[in-house]
Amino acid sequence: MGRITLDKVTKRFGDVEVIPPLDLTIDDGEFTVFVGPSGCGKSTLLRLIAGLEDVSSGQIRIDREDATNVPPAKRGLAMVFQSYALYPHMSVRKNIAFPLRMAKMDQAEINKRVEGAAAVLNLTDYLDRRPGQLSGGQRQRVAIGRAIVREPAAFLFDEPLSNLDAALRVGMRLEISELHKRLETTMIYVTHDQVEAMTMADKIVVLRKGNIEQVGSPLELYQTPRNTFVAGFIGSPKMNLIEGPEAAKYDAHTIGIRPEHIKASAEAGAWEGRVGVSEHLGSDTFLHIHDTGLGEAITVRMNGEVDFKYGDRIFLTPRADVIHRFDDQGLRIA
Amino acid sequence: MATQHSRSAARLMMAPAVILLLGWMLVPLTMTLIFSFKKYLPLRGGDLGWVGFENYARFVSSSAFWPAVSATLIIVGGVLVITLVFGVLLAILLDQPMWGQGIVRILVIAPFFVMPTVSALVWKNIFMDPVNGLFAHLWKFFGAEPLEWLSQASLQSIILIVSWQWLPFATLILLTAIQSLDSEQLEAAEMDGAPVLKRFWFIVLPHLSRAMTVVLLIQTIFLLGIFAEIFVTTQGAFGTRTLTYLIYQRVLESQNVGLGSAGGVYAIILANIVAIFLMRIVGKNLDA
Ligand SMILES: Nc1ncnc2c1ncn2[C@@H]1O[C@H](COP(=O)(O)OP(=O)(O)OP(=O)(O)O)[C@@H](O)[C@H]1O
Ligand SMILES: [Mg+2]
Repeated sequence: MGRITLDKVTKRFGDVEVIPPLDLTIDDGEFTVFVGPSGCGKSTLLRLIAGLEDVSSGQIRIDREDATNVPPAKRGLAMVFQSYALYPHMSVRKNIAFPLRMAKMDQAEINKRVEGAAAVLNLTDYLDRRPGQLSGGQRQRVAIGRAIVREPAAFLFDEPLSNLDAALRVGMRLEISELHKRLETTMIYVTHDQVEAMTMADKIVVLRKGNIEQVGSPLELYQTPRNTFVAGFIGSPKMNLIEGPEAAKYDAHTIGIRPEHIKASAEAGAWEGRVGVSEHLGSDTFLHIHDTGLGEAITVRMNGEVDFKYGDRIFLTPRADVIHRFDDQGLRIA
Repeated sequence: MATQHSRSAARLMMAPAVILLLGWMLVPLTMTLIFSFKKYLPLRGGDLGWVGFENYARFVSSSAFWPAVSATLIIVGGVLVITLVFGVLLAILLDQPMWGQGIVRILVIAPFFVMPTVSALVWKNIFMDPVNGLFAHLWKFFGAEPLEWLSQASLQSIILIVSWQWLPFATLILLTAIQSLDSEQLEAAEMDGAPVLKRFWFIVLPHLSRAMTVVLLIQTIFLLGIFAEIFVTTQGAFGTRTLTYLIYQRVLESQNVGLGSAGGVYAIILANIVAIFLMRIVGKNLDA
C-alpha cells in the first residue's frame, strides 16, 4: 500500500517560501512524475515526502496515517538519489543489503533478497565489486536494487537518469517502467525532462515556483493544457504560442499550435514565411520558419525527410481543430 | 610539459633546489653514518678510529635501550589514540553549523602555532606545577592532594602535552575529510534506517579511514622525534627517556658521538619504514 496525501503542505527556507500551500494525492500503485523547470521545488517536494526536510506547515499522510513528524526511516519509503549515493567502501552486495542489515533481518533472508534483486537488475556478476568499479548505468541499478530489497510502500526517484548518456537513459527509462509494472508499487519520479515525464508517467504533476500548474495523465496534459506554461512545457518540440491579431481571429489572447499540427506547402497556405534552420532526425524534420509576421519563429514538425532548404519560401496551415486558445491570464479557454 | 626541450629546461630550473636539498640532507646523513662506525669521544681523546658495528651492538644492548623503546612506543601510541579519537569528535563538532564557527575553528587550530618548547613550559609551570599550578588549585578546591604531575604521572603528562599540540593537526585534516563527505550518502543511510551512531560507524568512519591513516603516519614520523617537550619538563627522568632523548644523552651528556650516531641510524631506519607506508597511502590517495 502506498497512498500519499499532501494537505496544505508548505516549505520555507528562512524567508523564502519555496512551496506555497500545496494539496496533492498520489494513489496506490501510481507512477507519478513531478516535472518543472530547474529550481521550481521538485526536489524539495520529494524530500518533504521522504522526511529529509521538515514541512513548515501542513500535513503529509501515508496510507491515511499522519506521517508529518515520522522520521524518514519509519515512513517505509525508499529513495534513489541523483548522485546514486552508493556507499563507496562497500561492495555492491553490501550496498544492497545495507537497509536489510539495519532492519536486523536474518542473514539467510538478506542473501535471498539481495540475490533476487541482483537477478532482476542484471547485477549478479557485479555483486562483489565496489561502486567505483561500475559504469553509471550499473551504479544506477545498484541504487535501485538498494531501494527494492526493502519492499517499500513507495519509491522516490530524484532525477535518477540525469547523469547517464542519452542511449543509456532510454534503456533505464524502460527498465524503471518495467519495474513499476511488475512491482505495482507507488513511484514518485522527479525530472525536468518532459520526455521522461510523458513516456513513464501515469500522472504528471507540472510545477512552477512550487505551485502545481496542472495534474493529469500525459495525454490530458498534451491535449488540454490548462495554461500557457503547461502548453509550452509539455511536448517536444515546444508548442508555438502566437499572440496578437492572429490570435484575435480565434477570440483569444494567445493561441497555441503544436509543431505536428501544422501543414507545410510550397505553394499556398494561411501563413507565409521563410525557412530557417531545419533539424533532421531521419524519422522527422523540424523546420524553423521565420518572417511569418506572427512574432517568434514557428516550429513545424514534418514526417520523414523534406526538401525545403534554407531560405526557401514556405506556406503554413494550422489544423483548426487542435488550436489551443488562452485568455490574457494565460488560462485555457474551453 | 612533454617536449624534449621543455623537459630539459625544467630539469635545469629545478637543479639548484635539488642540489641544495641533497646537500642539506646528504652531508649530515653521511657524517652520521661515518661517526656511527667510529669510536669518537670529543672530550676524551677525540677520534679513536674505526670500530665496525660495535656502536650499533652497544646501543642496542645497553640497559637503557629497551626502556627507551617502550617509553617511545607508549608516548607515540598514547598521543595517536588521543589525537585520533578527539580529532574525529572535534571534526564532527566543527562541521556542525553553529554561531561563530570561523572563530571557533581558528581557536581550535591555535595550539599548533605554539612552539613545542613554549607550550611544554606553559604546561609545566602554569598547569602542572604541584604548588602553584592550576591543576593543583583545582585538586585542592575539591579537597584532594595535588598531584606531582611530572614525577608521579610523567608519561601521562607528556602524552597530555604532546596531544594538546597535535590535536589541531589531526582535527584540521579530519575536518576537511568530513567536509568532503557527500551529504546524500548520509541521507541515503538515514532512509535505509541507520540511526545516528550507525551512520557514524558505517558511513562517516570508513570515509575518514584514509585521512586517519595519513594523520597516523605523519604524526608517527614527527612523534618519534619529540624532544623539546621532554627536555623542558622531565629531562628524561621518571621513565620518560625516549629513543631520541637517549641519543641526545649519548652524544651530549656522555660525549659519545659514535654511539649516538648509531642510535641515530636506527631512528632513521625506523622513520623510513613509516614513511614508505605513508607515501604508498598518500600516493594511492592521489591516484584515486
Ligand atoms: N537548503 C536550502 N536553503 C535555501 N534554499 C533552498 C534550499 N534548498 C533548496 N532551496 C531553494 O528552493 C528552490 C527549489 O529547490 P529544488 O532543489 O527543490 O529545485 P528543483 O526543482 O529540484 O531544481 P532542479 O531541477 O535544478 O534540481 C530553489 O530556489 C532553491 O534555491
Ligand atoms: Mg532537484
